[in-house]
Amino acid sequence: MEHANQQMAIAPEITFQHEPAPNTKRIWKTFWILLFLTIAELALGLSHYAFHVEGWLLMFLKGGMIILSICKAVYIVSIFMHLGDEVRNLKLTILVPLLLFIWFILAFLWDGVAYKNLRNKFNVPAPTEQAAPLHDVQKPGTLD
Amino acid sequence: MSTHIPAGYKWWTGGKSPYNVSYGKLMMWIFLLSDTFTFGALLIAYGTIRVSHDYWPDPNHVFNTFPLMGDANLPLAFVSLMTFILIMSSVTMVLAVHEGHKRNKKGVEKWLLWTILGGFLFLGCQAWEWTHLITHTHPVLIDGKIQEIGATIKENHFGPIVSGLFHNGHQVTLPGPVAFGNSFFGITGFHGFHVSIGVFLNILMYFWTLNGRFTRLGHYEMVEKVGLYWHFVDLVWVFVFLCFYLI
Repeated sequence: MEHANQQMAIAPEITFQHEPAPNTKRIWKTFWILLFLTIAELALGLSHYAFHVEGWLLMFLKGGMIILSICKAVYIVSIFMHLGDEVRNLKLTILVPLLLFIWFILAFLWDGVAYKNLRNKFNVPAPTEQAAPLHDVQKPGTLD
Repeated sequence: MSTHIPAGYKWWTGGKSPYNVSYGKLMMWIFLLSDTFTFGALLIAYGTIRVSHDYWPDPNHVFNTFPLMGDANLPLAFVSLMTFILIMSSVTMVLAVHEGHKRNKKGVEKWLLWTILGGFLFLGCQAWEWTHLITHTHPVLIDGKIQEIGATIKENHFGPIVSGLFHNGHQVTLPGPVAFGNSFFGITGFHGFHVSIGVFLNILMYFWTLNGRFTRLGHYEMVEKVGLYWHFVDLVWVFVFLCFYLI
């Protein structure tokens, strides 16, 4: 077995020692990227509030915010947590189980929508909503 | 960081760990993976409940206050500050780890102190936000009567607007979905609990650095492991921020 850099042996499990980064350039670059992504997210979040966006465009904006968040997560995990510098075996051990989230999110949101449809189809209106006949209650049915 | 791993190196031939990290670091990763699913399950449960409702409060309306700004409508401003604080503390943590690689004791101490400060600031912001939501009451029409309620896990005032009905100059609403308070306080509380543990661990790392424990050991790997945990807490906030404040 070949040991590359023995001077700083942290543990016997480590075969190839990482060399310390020469400077903090990469850290600060990642910080600016994260800050930019956060500001972009905020711009999207505030724009649908300011312009009362609805329907497909709202879904599109929300999708944009989800993609920006995933980008932030990738930068944090890859650079700050150094997963990008680890060996492939460790990367796969951590990342492959996350594929379960694809099923997890789809199945549960699907179930939530189905529950809403069932409730709207079969529930009688709640008594509190009928007890306010004098005032025009805002029509439910939208997130906004 | 560069590693000199020869192309086609055989990791699975035995006699060594195929992960090339210490046992403790591998276990930290496995723990974080399990915690990812804990937070994932909480956030997905929140999503399921939310899409099962016809009406859900608009986050731009719920989170529109800022300390010392009274009733000014400032959507998302305060949570942006919280997000910035947490990202910044993540940067100071990674700088502490970087100084640890260079075995610079003073540098590790300095950046750990900044990280601890960031953690306390974040927790302080969260305490303010919770206090504001719970104690700031609004008129709500319940069973035909107007009542002043705050936002708790049992009730909240973020329901649909009763148009034309005002009480002491405030717009009267119907009660909001109870699940909103449940999931908001539950999930941000669980995240805040993680931040508290992170701050505690960082303080522990600071004192261990101070008394020369890592100098004697010859490496700062424990700071790296706590760093992984701290970045994970930041990572969770990215998604809490997305699910509760943005979407």
